[in-house]
Amino acid sequence: MEPVIETRKLTKRYDGIVAVDELDLMVGQGSVTALLGGNGAGKTTTLSMLLGLLTPSSGEIHIFGEDFVANRFPSLARMNFSSPYVDLPQRLTVRENLNVYAKLYGYRKVAPVVDRLAHEFDLTDFLDRRLRRLSSGQKTRVSLAKAFVNEPDLLLLDEPTASLDPETASWIRDFLKSYCKERGATILLASHDMREVELICDDVLLLRRGKLVERGSPEDLLRRFGRKNLEDVFLDVARGQNGEAA
Amino acid sequence: MSMPEHTSLRRISALLLRYLYLLRSSWPRIIEIAYWPTMQLIIWGFVTKYFADVRPELSAAGVLISAVLIWDSLFRSHVSYTLSFLEELWSRNLANLFVTPLRPWELIASLASISMLRTLIGIVPAALLAIPFFGVSVFDMGFPLLAFFMNLVLCGWAISLVVTGILIRYGLGAESLTWVLPFLIAPVSCIYYPIETLPPWLQTIASGISTSYVFEGMRSLLLQGELRLDLLAWAFSLNFLYIAIGFLCFMTAFRSARRHGLLLQVGE
Repeated sequence: MEPVIETRKLTKRYDGIVAVDELDLMVGQGSVTALLGGNGAGKTTTLSMLLGLLTPSSGEIHIFGEDFVANRFPSLARMNFSSPYVDLPQRLTVRENLNVYAKLYGYRKVAPVVDRLAHEFDLTDFLDRRLRRLSSGQKTRVSLAKAFVNEPDLLLLDEPTASLDPETASWIRDFLKSYCKERGATILLASHDMREVELICDDVLLLRRGKLVERGSPEDLLRRFGRKNLEDVFLDVARGQNGEAA
Repeated sequence: MSMPEHTSLRRISALLLRYLYLLRSSWPRIIEIAYWPTMQLIIWGFVTKYFADVRPELSAAGVLISAVLIWDSLFRSHVSYTLSFLEELWSRNLANLFVTPLRPWELIASLASISMLRTLIGIVPAALLAIPFFGVSVFDMGFPLLAFFMNLVLCGWAISLVVTGILIRYGLGAESLTWVLPFLIAPVSCIYYPIETLPPWLQTIASGISTSYVFEGMRSLLLQGELRLDLLAWAFSLNFLYIAIGFLCFMTAFRSARRHGLLLQVGE
């Protein structure tokens, strides 16, 4: 599998504290990969470095085969991101937000882009409503729609189904899977929803104290840890047990 | 569906559109932009009228009203630039912007564009009102008015670059600098009095402040009818220097924010 994301000895230190410690990652094209770990494991720090929001202390990041640290902009045009912890402008309507982001990603005619997203994410009923008037579930859908505005080849998602009702969450998971399959796109997601990870991820990366401690498909991890669900695997890893010992 | 074209112009116009949407979303905001310059104009218009009776030399040729309007273009351009940037912090949108191919200088260009627009919305109605109400038309200055105006706007942007650099690095705790910093240079800008009024040590400081040359030049034009190109050249040179320093400050703060992971947290 062609690597879309590759890091070598990626490290981030803050005032002597090592948040990410010589991380070697490889995420292959077309895969849905989960980045798991407890609080302070280094997930957000890793995602931030992969988005260009945070400069690494040392190490390399290659995205689409390009040196991302030296020049992130060509790769960013082919990527996107969604997180419930980063807002879109609340005083703009859904349509206005999508118009702005479609233009930011280089579209001249934005109406067809917005129509596509409204249809795909079922936003039509509240397209002209200001964001601050939406429910948290609707905001999550808009944030996800923004993440698909440029039809990205690489998506970095932080808790993609947070605040969504089970039916919509299920629909989003199916959408993510089919999007990857149809376009050969790659998704790296951080989630605390272990069931979601089991349902949609091909590969799981488990971090602890900034280091990659386990890696494998959900089935592989369940087998190696002798557990029935990923939540127990997660707890084992958080407690410092490895696959063979658990 | 059209293919995306990744050009700076498109990204700048995208952000400009975002600020126009914001402006359009609230009519009290549009009124507010013109409100303060108009209030300033009314107060100084009556001051001018009073001086015209008791000390006519102090208010000759509408020098006070012209000074008020030109000085306000600095304050408006700075506040419009910085408030638009603050909108990104208040709405916690900065991370969303910087995961697009948007370059920092493109953000600066779009902030400068909306600042110019908002400054014109604020100043032009006040300048037009001065004609029927106080018999003063700043437009009579002709081309030099544009040069004075541009100098003040450039100076406002230079201050904004420093303030937004501080905001991106230190967060919303530094928000009050938006209102405070322009007034730091007001006493040495010699808006309403000649530079000779200042004590010698303050005159030395004023000679390093671009706005003092603008107001000296404006008085020379209005009171003696002489366009002092040397003063304009000094003002432009100093302002280009300030812009370069401001840009450097912003970029240094931006890089530092990226090193410390502040782009995701800023606004919280």
